[in-house]
Amino acid sequence: MTDLFRRLLRTKQGALGVVILLGITLICVFGPALAPYRPDHMDYVSRFAAPGVQHWLGADQFGRDELSRLLYGARETVPPALLATLAGTLAGAIVGTLSAYAGGRWDEAIMRTVDAVLAIPGLLLALLIASALGAGEQTALLAIAIAFAPGMARITRSVALAARQEEYVAAAIARGESGTRIVLAEMLPNVIAPVIVETTIRVAFAVMLLATLSFLGLGAQPPSSEWGLLVSDGRAYLHDAPWLVLAPGAAIGITAIGFNLLGDGLRDALNPRDER
Amino acid sequence: MSLAWLLRRLLLMAYTMLVVSVLVFAITQVLPADAAVTLLGQNATPAALAALRQELGLSDPVGLQFWHWFWALLRGNFGTSMRTGLPVGPTMFTALSRSLLLAACSIVLMLVVAVPLGVLAALRRGRALDLLAGLVSYLGISVPEFVTATFVLVVLADRLGWLPATGYVPITKHFIGGVRHLIAPVLTISLVLIAHVARMMRSETIDVLASDYVRAAELKGLSRRTVLLRHVLRNALLPVVTVVALDVGYLLGGIIVVEEIFAIPGIGRELLIAIQNRDLPSIQAGALIMAGTYAVTNLLADIAYALLDPRLRYD
Repeated sequence: MTDLFRRLLRTKQGALGVVILLGITLICVFGPALAPYRPDHMDYVSRFAAPGVQHWLGADQFGRDELSRLLYGARETVPPALLATLAGTLAGAIVGTLSAYAGGRWDEAIMRTVDAVLAIPGLLLALLIASALGAGEQTALLAIAIAFAPGMARITRSVALAARQEEYVAAAIARGESGTRIVLAEMLPNVIAPVIVETTIRVAFAVMLLATLSFLGLGAQPPSSEWGLLVSDGRAYLHDAPWLVLAPGAAIGITAIGFNLLGDGLRDALNPRDER
Repeated sequence: MSLAWLLRRLLLMAYTMLVVSVLVFAITQVLPADAAVTLLGQNATPAALAALRQELGLSDPVGLQFWHWFWALLRGNFGTSMRTGLPVGPTMFTALSRSLLLAACSIVLMLVVAVPLGVLAALRRGRALDLLAGLVSYLGISVPEFVTATFVLVVLADRLGWLPATGYVPITKHFIGGVRHLIAPVLTISLVLIAHVARMMRSETIDVLASDYVRAAELKGLSRRTVLLRHVLRNALLPVVTVVALDVGYLLGGIIVVEEIFAIPGIGRELLIAIQNRDLPSIQAGALIMAGTYAVTNLLADIAYALLDPRLRYD
């Protein structure tokens, strides 16, 4: 594990990704302590204040400090995206492994249905589910988890099928190792790598999707300072206070870039053969 | 390409659309909306509501409702909008045509930029252009469309005043105006596409450059230009076909957001309006038409791929 981490840090993308995500983790943990104001503190004197000494990133239409709202909002943006991805990955991994294990007709039926669900564009599916379940942060999270599951099922299945045919599995069987040991000690470490890479990159996508759902009014609701909602709020004042959309927009982008870099770094670190 | 393969592929597409319609129907069943209340208003008498529910078939079992709806769909009847009272099908297809124009322009811009960018980045690995291409790729895949669109609006429309902010002018009515309204949305959508395809193109080109047949071609003494055009580009472009088809999925998702922001009356915006108004027939039609467009694109990509690469015949 430490070896993997060292290899990860040696890749340019991985190191940069780790640094960005470390910063974002710190903001999620200590954000409220660092924030100069309460996120709901209104100060009518500084309505639409431009970025400056008083308000580093400016203030919104109620005079709320944009930096403080961003720092508080990190908790409502990043952890839910992580949770949604993990839930979707877990659900998909279970379906994918079962499908590979069942084989034959069941496998065919499950995978064709998975393909069919994959034929619905991700945002459209998440949008439909979120609107069916009612707008809100939790339902948006659930919608993304459901939207992610089929893709993860497809990946885990193909990886599990490929692993079953590998020589090291045949060797382990020949050595007389038990089924559980083969799955846990031989197959899992080899299977998990592509799943980890895919999951990491999907967190970036989940951050974007979650923010998009909030932006469209189907995710977090006011007065939350979720980042997508901040952009949506600030859009009405684009001309007079562009910082209200630029700051949270940049925060979303930087977070997603962090996860994408980490994913690419992990891919390189896990496949030393495949150097690009 | 064998007939059996094509037949199997068409059958798969039909199954896909069946699953999609079951899914869309199920989702709209869960939607907290009572069609009778939507049509008659909150103050309608219970008797009137009951009568309308009977007439609309809302008290039928769910399975029967699905069958009626699906049978109408097969005959091309998407139902009547609960919001406007107009037939949903024509409205949605008109909207789709505007979205497709937007999508087509974005794909053309993407191809013109991404393919040369990817190849050049691969040829100049580690140099300034490669790093720039890498940066653009990361930005493109990491910044959601609503953020890109907002940034484009701030810079090109508000600060510089080069483009109209939002709205839609049909290019058949006013060509210059129509084009000017299309620029910002097309830029927004194509950034994501450029990011994907340039990345793909770069890594494919690197792989192909290291392959034996390219070395053989170089050893034969073919000029660099011939090797690049005849061997490298041709082989590196193959997987890009699949990526472009997959990207249509992103494109359709992205279009929802971009149309909403730039106020373009395309299918994505129609769908959002339908969702906001709980207009069930419009939601169903919009979702189905979008999924159908994606399915057809994937089919066309598979056919193109099979035609381009005779080695591949799919299982």
